[in-house]
Amino acid sequence: MSAQKELDQQDTSSPVPTDEQPVQILDKDGNVRPNATVPDLSDEELVSMYEDIKLARRFDQRAISFQRQGRIATYAPMTGQEGAQVATSYALNDQDWLFPTYREHAAKYVHGVRLASLLKPLRGIREGYAVPDGVNVMPEYIPIATQVPQAMGMAWGHKLQEKTDRAVLCHLGDGATSEGDFHEGLNFAGVFDVPAVFVCNNNQWAISVPRERQTASETIAQKAQAYGIESVRVDGLDPLAVYQVTNEALNKAKNPARDERRPTLIEAVLYRYGAHTTADDPSVYRDGDEADEWKEKDPVDRLQKYLYKEGILDERLEAELDDRIEAKISDAIAEAERAEADPNQIFEYVYDEMPDRLREQQEELNALREKYGDEPFNGVLE
Amino acid sequence: MSSTTAPDAESPIDQLNLVEAVCDGLYTEMSQNEDVVVLGEDVGKNGGVFRATDGLYEVFGDGRVIDTPLAEAGIVGSAIGLALSGLRPVAEMQFMGFIYPAFDQLVSHAARLRSRSHGQYTVPMVVRAPYGGGIHAPEHHSESKEAFFAHEPGLKVVCPSTPYDAKGLLIASLRDPDPVIFLEPKLIYRAFKEAVPTGSYEVPLSDASVRREGSDISVYTWGAMTRPTLIAADNLADEHGVDAEVVDLRTLSPLDTETIVESFKKTGRAAVVHEAPKTAGLGAEVSSTIQEEALLYQEAPIKRITGFDAPVPLHGVEDYYLPQAVRIQEGILETVGF
Repeated sequence: MSAQKELDQQDTSSPVPTDEQPVQILDKDGNVRPNATVPDLSDEELVSMYEDIKLARRFDQRAISFQRQGRIATYAPMTGQEGAQVATSYALNDQDWLFPTYREHAAKYVHGVRLASLLKPLRGIREGYAVPDGVNVMPEYIPIATQVPQAMGMAWGHKLQEKTDRAVLCHLGDGATSEGDFHEGLNFAGVFDVPAVFVCNNNQWAISVPRERQTASETIAQKAQAYGIESVRVDGLDPLAVYQVTNEALNKAKNPARDERRPTLIEAVLYRYGAHTTADDPSVYRDGDEADEWKEKDPVDRLQKYLYKEGILDERLEAELDDRIEAKISDAIAEAERAEADPNQIFEYVYDEMPDRLREQQEELNALREKYGDEPFNGVLE
Repeated sequence: MSSTTAPDAESPIDQLNLVEAVCDGLYTEMSQNEDVVVLGEDVGKNGGVFRATDGLYEVFGDGRVIDTPLAEAGIVGSAIGLALSGLRPVAEMQFMGFIYPAFDQLVSHAARLRSRSHGQYTVPMVVRAPYGGGIHAPEHHSESKEAFFAHEPGLKVVCPSTPYDAKGLLIASLRDPDPVIFLEPKLIYRAFKEAVPTGSYEVPLSDASVRREGSDISVYTWGAMTRPTLIAADNLADEHGVDAEVVDLRTLSPLDTETIVESFKKTGRAAVVHEAPKTAGLGAEVSSTIQEEALLYQEAPIKRITGFDAPVPLHGVEDYYLPQAVRIQEGILETVGF
């Protein structure tokens, strides 16, 4: 059965997940499903979550258009996944750590990374990867699945040092589950019973390779079983369900009951609406109609309908949110566009202490810039 | 010395850029040898993220142009097995920066199965990877790590700098009895077109190519850096009357020491240009070879003009990292003026 159909054919009598059924709280029209319980979030928190999901979608639109204008380089769009990204980060406490991939822009933002910092690396400026003290976010992981054993290791280190107040949340994609690092990380996590939550954002596509070509497993969640780790499947387009399962998994990681194990693999069943990156053209390899089916369960629309039905949101408040979102993004863009890269940054932070040979290389480059200006350093083939 | 086959004088000629020539090389050899199979991420229906396998899936089907799960160790390890079974696999690594999971398979096995089995088993296969910077790609997409592979006995390392060579070297690699790491300079994938015969021909994996004759200094380079080096050589001739010989190594392991040394004996001066960091880069190997073979001809220290001993930076300052014509010129002038 396709992942799409699974979300449609939920057994409406039970919110309890099985291997077959992702957890769902809201149906596609924003109604609370029978027997489902809405997570314990205040009205303010719900509105704030909705605002951040909307902001993520708007950020995505602006970033894609900026890439087309040549104002940023290659960008990995997140539309379709922002509900899951925002909801997982809402479940984090400040002391919890986040290991993002190159697509988790919104997850980083919610966990304390400024919007301007997200944009700077896209403009080729590294300082955006540096986050303020106390913001526990790693620089994005680009080589696939390499973050999995590292996140496990950090969680292990916290456990060994009895830092019991914190867990590690590690994002990955469906493609990552094919890499050895994924299996090694999960196996260690099981053996050493570490406080980590692994969120597989199964968006059905690894660039052009569909989920069924990635693995013959029925589900990604079931892979956890081989490592003695619990897993849960969740409707990744349902922010409330994602928040709930992530929150439970993080609590279990930090305070497991006597018979519980700390680590969890969450499979968020969702869809990459757009391209893998702005350098990719999905029309070459997938049917354009495929996305439409998923969009019927869109996370922004679903949460919006729910909030209106509950009387938590109205048009006046929504207009306020929209204005604030526009202002935040515009300010971030302006700040990112003011930032300039300095070639001396090439030589910084390679080692704690710069080796003599590297210092000589820096001096040579600066002597040439002194002599010829910066113009000859623009492009390599002219 | 590999056998070399010149293209048939009657062959029709296409104007191709380098990535089109790679694709044409794959197509040409796959048409002639049904044992050749292409495997990797996004190589099939998508035609490769750089379009290096464009159209092959439609022509040869998914039995020979195979989209794999996302796992470099799996792709290269299974390619070794495919080769042992009698096929001729061409594995694509999407970017050189992502080759490391496959490193164990390459250096512990592909490189050594011939020697470990006392000549009983061989691994004729090709691993293609786009390498190098200058296209403002995201982090980890711009590495030049040819030295890792040139350092491993049993692997051949090939790096074309022109469309004609890309096709001929690739076909030679696909016919070679040893495993070949075939590094494609993505900076010049689409930089220029040239005449490429449509038929089958080989450029041997044993010969460097003198791209520009000169008498004052020998400048050794390969891949994407061949172009800025030639630009620098022309500028020096025009502006300073310096006549540089430019030698494109083409095959980085085993090195064509004969051509390297012969050129140096003629000029008495040398510079090496590469994108990779200076420390333990292949420039050191070229320089040492010259010292061992032709010390008495040497007129000046051998200059290395390279990437810095730092990670390739994000694209905002990437163009400062790569050797530029201006840096190459300065290095050559320093050596000639010694």
